[in-house]
Amino acid sequence: MAEIRIEKLHKAFGDFVAVRDSTMTIEDGHFFVLLGPSGCGKTTTLRMIAGLEFPTSGNVFLDNEDVTYHRGRERDIAFVFQMFALYPHMNCYRNLAFPLITQGTPRREVRERVIETARLLRIEHLLKRPVGGLAAGDRQRIALGRAIIRRPKAFLMDEPLGALDTEFRDLMCQELRGLHNRIDATTVYVTHDQVEAMSMGDMIAVMHQGDLLQVAPPQELYDNPATLFVANFIGSPPMNFLDVEGGLKRDPGKARLVGGTEVAMPTLAQRPTDNAIVYGIRPEHILIDDHAPLRGRVFGVEYMGARQVVTVDTDAGRLKVRTGGSVSAVVGETVGLDIISARAVIFDQKTERALTRDTSPALAEAAHG
Amino acid sequence: MADIRIDRVTKRFGDVTAVNALDLAIKDGEFVVLLGPTGSGKTTTLRLVAGLEKPDEGRIVIDGTDVTKAQPAERDVSFVFQQYSLYPHYTVYQNLAFPVKSPLLKWSKQEIDARVHEVAGMLHIERKLKNKATELSGGEMQRVAIGRALVRRPAVYLMDEPLSSLDAKLRAELRVELKRISVELGATILYVTHDNVEAMTMADRIGVLNHGRLEQIATPRDIYQQPDTIYVAQRLSSPPLNLVDPSLFGIEAPAGTSTVGVRPEDITIGQPSGVEGSTTLVERLGAETVAVLQVNGTKIQALVDPQATVGEGETVRVGVVESAPMFFDRDGRRIDVPRAGG
Repeated sequence: MAEIRIEKLHKAFGDFVAVRDSTMTIEDGHFFVLLGPSGCGKTTTLRMIAGLEFPTSGNVFLDNEDVTYHRGRERDIAFVFQMFALYPHMNCYRNLAFPLITQGTPRREVRERVIETARLLRIEHLLKRPVGGLAAGDRQRIALGRAIIRRPKAFLMDEPLGALDTEFRDLMCQELRGLHNRIDATTVYVTHDQVEAMSMGDMIAVMHQGDLLQVAPPQELYDNPATLFVANFIGSPPMNFLDVEGGLKRDPGKARLVGGTEVAMPTLAQRPTDNAIVYGIRPEHILIDDHAPLRGRVFGVEYMGARQVVTVDTDAGRLKVRTGGSVSAVVGETVGLDIISARAVIFDQKTERALTRDTSPALAEAAHG
Repeated sequence: MADIRIDRVTKRFGDVTAVNALDLAIKDGEFVVLLGPTGSGKTTTLRLVAGLEKPDEGRIVIDGTDVTKAQPAERDVSFVFQQYSLYPHYTVYQNLAFPVKSPLLKWSKQEIDARVHEVAGMLHIERKLKNKATELSGGEMQRVAIGRALVRRPAVYLMDEPLSSLDAKLRAELRVELKRISVELGATILYVTHDNVEAMTMADRIGVLNHGRLEQIATPRDIYQQPDTIYVAQRLSSPPLNLVDPSLFGIEAPAGTSTVGVRPEDITIGQPSGVEGSTTLVERLGAETVAVLQVNGTKIQALVDPQATVGEGETVRVGVVESAPMFFDRDGRRIDVPRAGG
């Protein structure tokens, strides 16, 4: 078990900065996700933690020991790659036992640990089977078992579920998280898939073009994104962004949208640099309500059974609204949209950073009442 | 544009019957999605319509013409494959123009140019026309691949999981665009996928395939609300449909019920009428939260309000929304019960 700390970690490949002065702490026992689009520096960060890549500057600490320039095999961590490789001529037991046998572990201990690992992964019934005939999921479990059996201080995983189809990926997400809950080992997990990140992570670090933008628990990241990029990257469909005419100059309690409709503003604890703001609202925080002042024409309805996404063209722009599957919305009809302003996130247009909301209890209550 | 009729088509590969006496009629301008897991026969069906496979029995009729024995090139269909194949040494423009450059089509330079720009506009790749195909992101490459199918204006478009290799965000974007394009063109589209969200959001009608047979075909709303079988209900539920014994929640079931199906959104947590259970896992996905529960040894998945404060390892009361359960008989067929209060 281990705490991983990186300080001012920087990695440049020639002129290209892959990771820029990144500092974060991964707590012991946490499932920590590095999330971002391709090219954001998440895999490079992971490879520096693993010792597969050395930083240009900065440090990596494993349990307070500076391991920045230690080789990968001196770091007592296990790396799980996207493509799992098993020895095809060995049965499942031998595949699991192999990492221990090469370390010279006594036979009895190997046996005990194979059985323990198989129990953790719920694959005891497969031990005598050859790996050749296994289903994809079981192969994946064996591969995971080979990483677990060494009892490393930490697990590093680089998109291990990337190659799977959706139905199976959801299942493996739950299994991986369940496994983590049972063994409590520090895990750093890299993905570009926000659903994977949200469903598994204790903490998520969002990266973009080498910069670390925000580190927070999933719900916090979703409710209070620190920047426009984070707000747009997390959530499907993403947050709606509305331009505000005249910025904050006028009544601070109201925002005037393009087209003239006024919507309530959440109370802010911070001022933007030069009044220009962007009004951000998640699709599920807009309600279809015929009496609401903001009106628009339904452009599209995506029915998904339990839920649907309704796209509405208004004077203020095209908005995505997420509702239950039973709400009726017909393409071409005019509807009213009620914005739950207490849930809005206001961004400084210039810096693209979110402005802190005033969340003192009295105000929060007033907003809900 | 054209309609497609598949009449009792059977296709065998050795001992395996991939498509089994399949009947399917697709109307002119209709967007039909065939949904099913790996091995259900959906890709084979598509390849049969394209002429890439020949049926052992049955007929395929496109726009009133029997094409069962016709070569692919004679069928006026275009096919979008799962793995985009572009000419890497060509620009986007050249890739898009290629299908209509055939001397057989006799298109003038101006016609080709106008059509390439029109299609590029539809797919929002106009700015990339001069790029080499290898200088594109995955999403852009797939748009070009779809574009290559669109330039030709064939009678029928056949698409085999064209979005499956893309990331979630891009898939969501292209879903909307494909649907829009299909409406704009009034195109007849037969689309194959294992992704229930793609099927639900794009299809005029969804056909669910099971071992080469068409289990049910209906509009997304009808098929979701009134699935004929457990198999169909399962294919369209995400998170997965809960299948439980009628006694678990003390639900009053009609005679002949062997299994009760409850959708994750119809599970309630914290209602006094519920039975005791515990949470094993809570996935906070932002807009929605999935709770995995144990109720008397049965795993239940529930879709709960993200504002709910339910945590892992808690004891909670688990119930079912009234009139929501679906009842299935021993063969997995749904027993129709009139719903109280409509």
